[in-house]
Amino acid sequence: MVLVLALGDLHIPHRAPDLPAKFKSMLVPGKIQHVICTGNLCTKEVHDYLKTVCPDLHITRGEYDEETRYPETKTLTIGQFKLGVCHGHQVIPWGDLDSLAMLQRQLDVDILVTGHTHQFTAYKHEAGVVINPGSATGAFSSITYDVNPSFVLMDIDGLRVVVYVYELIDGEVKVDKIDFKKTTTATA
Amino acid sequence: MMISNGIEDEEKWLAEGIAGIQHNAFYLHRAVDSNNLREALKYSAQLLSELRTSKLSPHKYYELYMRAFDELRRLEMFFKDEDRHGCSIVDLYELVQHAGNVLPRLYLLCTVGSVYIKSKEAPAKDVLKDLVEMCRAVQNPIRGLFLRSYLAQVSRDKLPDIGSEYEGEGDTVMDAVEFVLQNFTEMNKLWVRMQHQGPVREKEKLEKERSELRDLVGKNLHVLSQIEGVDLEIYRDAVLPRVLEQIVNCKDELAQYYLMDCIIQVFPDEYHLQTLETLLGACPQLQPTVDLKTVLSQLMERLSNYAASSPELLPEFLQVEAFSKLSNAIGKVIEAQVDMPIVGAITLYVSLLSFTLRVHPDRLDYVDQVLGACVKILSGKAKLEDSKATKQVVALLSAPLDKYDDIVTALTLSNYPRVMDHLDAGTNKIMAMVIIRSIMKNKTFVSTSDKVEVLFELIKGLIKDLEGISTDDLDEEDFNEEQNSVACLMHILYNDDPEEMLKIICTVWKHIMAGGPKRLPFTVPPLVFSALKLVRRLQGQDGDVAGEEVPATPRKIFQLLNQIIESLSVVPAPELALRLYLQCAEGANDCDLEPVAYDFFTQAFVLYEEEIADSKAQVTAIHLIIGTLQRMNVFGVENRDTLTHKATGYSAKLLKKPDQCRAVYACSHLFWVDDQDGIKDGERVLLCLKRSLRIANAAQQMANVTRGSSGPVTLFVEILNKYLYYFEKGNPQITASVIQGLIDLIKTEMQSDSATGGPASDAFFTSTLRYIQFQKQKGGAMGEKYEPIKL
Repeated sequence: MVLVLALGDLHIPHRAPDLPAKFKSMLVPGKIQHVICTGNLCTKEVHDYLKTVCPDLHITRGEYDEETRYPETKTLTIGQFKLGVCHGHQVIPWGDLDSLAMLQRQLDVDILVTGHTHQFTAYKHEAGVVINPGSATGAFSSITYDVNPSFVLMDIDGLRVVVYVYELIDGEVKVDKIDFKKTTTATA
Repeated sequence: MMISNGIEDEEKWLAEGIAGIQHNAFYLHRAVDSNNLREALKYSAQLLSELRTSKLSPHKYYELYMRAFDELRRLEMFFKDEDRHGCSIVDLYELVQHAGNVLPRLYLLCTVGSVYIKSKEAPAKDVLKDLVEMCRAVQNPIRGLFLRSYLAQVSRDKLPDIGSEYEGEGDTVMDAVEFVLQNFTEMNKLWVRMQHQGPVREKEKLEKERSELRDLVGKNLHVLSQIEGVDLEIYRDAVLPRVLEQIVNCKDELAQYYLMDCIIQVFPDEYHLQTLETLLGACPQLQPTVDLKTVLSQLMERLSNYAASSPELLPEFLQVEAFSKLSNAIGKVIEAQVDMPIVGAITLYVSLLSFTLRVHPDRLDYVDQVLGACVKILSGKAKLEDSKATKQVVALLSAPLDKYDDIVTALTLSNYPRVMDHLDAGTNKIMAMVIIRSIMKNKTFVSTSDKVEVLFELIKGLIKDLEGISTDDLDEEDFNEEQNSVACLMHILYNDDPEEMLKIICTVWKHIMAGGPKRLPFTVPPLVFSALKLVRRLQGQDGDVAGEEVPATPRKIFQLLNQIIESLSVVPAPELALRLYLQCAEGANDCDLEPVAYDFFTQAFVLYEEEIADSKAQVTAIHLIIGTLQRMNVFGVENRDTLTHKATGYSAKLLKKPDQCRAVYACSHLFWVDDQDGIKDGERVLLCLKRSLRIANAAQQMANVTRGSSGPVTLFVEILNKYLYYFEKGNPQITASVIQGLIDLIKTEMQSDSATGGPASDAFFTSTLRYIQFQKQKGGAMGEKYEPIKL
């Protein structure tokens, strides 16, 4: 069982002062093995905080990030799964599933994690799964109205991944989960 | 040399004294065992003579005293048993006065006196009075103190208190009080006299020795507090005035400090509250070097705890006007102690503030008064340089922040900013950060523009350059932390009412606009998003309500936003400004304000053309423009055409061919919007895709020439995927044969010698083909569509 935290679009301090307290108390160091961040942190303080949650941190560049040297895309292998990360402002039209599927094929990954729309989504399509963890702070978005703070926790176990989405709605944390299974093992 | 000799000598003398006591004790015990009173008196007197020594320090004298004390206990038991020695207590009392030297005589007298009182053959008050007066005969400080301490010890349980078996007729409690007070007074006099006994150069040593003896003197006050009959009235009318009189008159710093503290610790808080004026009245009369801030802090701390113990006590505090008495007293003390450094005065007010916040938290006028008093002290002096004093001022200003949940309460204190003004620039900023942190912690919104005005005045050290500090001098990390704090703060400024919210935004803008090029990149974005959130709230509304003027409209806010983003040109921060203009364009789109949206796009393009030269930055910028434009539905045909033309033009002019290629095929989406009334111009889509194909080709050829190999076919595969996208959406211009042609082209390219391929592009092509296969197998309309394509 490997726990992977996926979050992004915090936009601290441009659009939000901090992560919700209820989220912070859940993100205890030492419990999570990998952190994937879609970008738009935006400051070094946020980077350092995420590092304390888990030292294995993978970040891609959002258009407001202070640090311009984060990569545009990143791929990594966790267990039997290949994961790809990209902020998503590069894929036009923004939030379009088919265009994201193309990126997924291009990166050749089972799970693609992107952001930018601040809207949680998890789609399964031919090439695999596309997950958008939304905005961890519920930051303002020109694309999505009424954003609730959200993040995703993936539990990768063999050929199966359970995607837990945590959403803060009216002050309460609500959890939902989705199951995905791979049909083939990862190729070398 | 001399000192170590001194210590060695003292040890020797002590040992001699103890030996002397033991020697006489031996014979004393023998005499007692054989009921020989004469002998017992003789040897006990000799024993007690050891206490006549002048050679010991108080610490050592105490050891000697304790030995003697033990012997006297046994002697007392012998005295009590009249059957054994045959002498009546009255006669015994007479007899012991024949002892040769005064000190042994008096110890014996006190011992007999104890028995005398117990026998009840004379009223306790008479014996006690006699003893306390007789002890006057010993004027040497150390010997006198121990003697009187002995008297206090043996008389303790024999005072004519209410309910005690020694209660006599008449005003007996007063007799007990009188006795203790007299003993106390005499002991204090002796104690003070010690200070003048040695040479001046040994002052420190003397103070240390005196310190060791202080509890002997203080014990008397403790005894007074334990007397049952001493109620508030007696305390107020008899005890306190006499004690204070002695304290003031002795004019000794050590005694005054210790005894004031003693009174406060030993007597109940209820009494202090009721005698506050008297107690405080003594303070200005004390020696100027007495550390009154500690004494008064203690008092205020105790009274605060007392108030906290029960809410029913509050009326009492108000009735005795505790606050104003304390406040006045502190003022008088500061006046009297002219040499008191500023830090002392401020510390006193910190204690008073602490008291006020605990006992009268609802009295903001009191709190403001305390701050006002500090302003007075700080005025007329240059900005504080003393770091201790500065620390205390910070403590003073932090206290209300910690106390009140709603930070704004603290902000309404009129003297608060005045105190802050007296801090040096660096500390001012630290304090500003403390304020911000407090607000963020409490999570209560600052909800009116007036309060925002006050707040931003207070934190002005962070908002702009104050005198004496320029931003160049600052440590970069610290500066960033400060500015990020200010940015976070802006999210706490909020009101549901749009009018008020707009006022808040304007107030903030007014303050931050003067922040300078280093600050604006931090402070502008949060303000912009605040404004955009407000616009969204107003979106539903239709503008003017009949008959009323509604100043807060999206249009007005966009005008303000223009101004705000414009200010970034002084930094300069074109990339940030471009992003913010595009955000505003989307906002204007949602409000159906076509000219406003068009204008924002214009601004963005101008920045792109004139200010963004870095090729990587250009790629991101053009994608943001394309992505935003793709979502616009407010534009009429003409405007839309102009903007898309610009976008595609710039896409084709990016520096690197692959970037050009990608940007151009991204532009294809500008001509195809998937929702109901969205544009769906199949031809222009195809034109874009063909253009990007040409660019990809050119890129290949160039690579062949310059590097000897044509590089990966990735671009072609990307374009293929785009063809598939529109194919599926039903673009009539994109047919199965077009797709087929592209697939075959790629296959050829991949097999050719000059292709370097690369696992990435291979995998991409493979997964694309797999996708096509998947779609073919879907059956239904999609399967039919894909049927002609052969893999």
